[in-house]
Amino acid sequence: MNARRWRVVVIAAVPVLALVLLLASGIGNDPRDVPSELVARRAPSFSLPSLTGDETISSADLRGQAVVLNFWASWCVPCREEHGALDAAWDRYRERGVVVLGVNVEDARPDALEYVEEFGGSWPLATDPGSLTSIAFGRFGVPETFVIAPDGTIVAKMVGAVTYEWLVDEIEGALRSEATS
Amino acid sequence: MKRAVALIAVAIAVAIGATIVAGRDDPGSGTVADRARDIAAGLRCPVCLNLSVADSPSRLAGEMRAAIASRVRSGETDEEIRAYFVDRYGEWILLEPTRRGLNLLPWALPVVALVAGLAVWLALVRRRPPRDDMAVSQSERRRIEHELRGLEEST
Repeated sequence: MNARRWRVVVIAAVPVLALVLLLASGIGNDPRDVPSELVARRAPSFSLPSLTGDETISSADLRGQAVVLNFWASWCVPCREEHGALDAAWDRYRERGVVVLGVNVEDARPDALEYVEEFGGSWPLATDPGSLTSIAFGRFGVPETFVIAPDGTIVAKMVGAVTYEWLVDEIEGALRSEATS
Repeated sequence: MKRAVALIAVAIAVAIGATIVAGRDDPGSGTVADRARDIAAGLRCPVCLNLSVADSPSRLAGEMRAAIASRVRSGETDEEIRAYFVDRYGEWILLEPTRRGLNLLPWALPVVALVAGLAVWLALVRRRPPRDDMAVSQSERRRIEHELRGLEEST
């Protein structure tokens, strides 16, 4: 092959190679690994009926407190896995003004109440009629947990079951952010 | 040759025109149900991959459809409703990326490739030396003249 033909081959190969590399760069990506839009932003306000239906829990009532907002459902297996971690974090931090708020979603109320009876946990529980708060928080599935600092900023989000260590790290971070602000 | 170039130019113009027409914003007309369905069809269901909110049978998608219809009824434009979902879920929620920045690549690349291909083809055609296989060699010329002479003599 003469020099001119080589030049033509190289000129044709460069854009093709660039395109292949561009497409190949996305092959290893996990389509579920989506960065949250809301971390470091102000948490959406909400006003939710409690699971028992006898009161309303609103973001305004929780102003000035760190909040662990946990979306869950009785049919969700990872929710059962993380229940102990939420319980332990609630026990450890409730005296320091941290609130764990469980928001039951995509569920039937009797099933949710049965779940609570079975697994225990004394933190406040709410429901999300129409999933409007879920959408406001950009929820993908269950469980999903947001840690909100006392100033109302979302400092962390976990898709899937949380661990006790993760909760401690993020709650401590949220409380520190209050101390430094 | 000129006709081929003209045809390719027309094809490029049609491709560009189609891209521009497809990219025009939805004016937001139609009934509430039509508009809500159109918006939902452009949003990715967060629960089930590769299904739109309009097509997904999941409960969250159903509640998103209801939320979209409620926003349409409250007077929000289609763009405002899409912007709300992008604000909460990021650009990920859009089944078709917005036409700006790097997102323009899927639309621009085919046109660029077509133009570049045409340019390379034209360059190659122009550089090609004129075909000389119609030229008659000296020996052939001599043979033809010899045969013509033979023909003349025989008549």
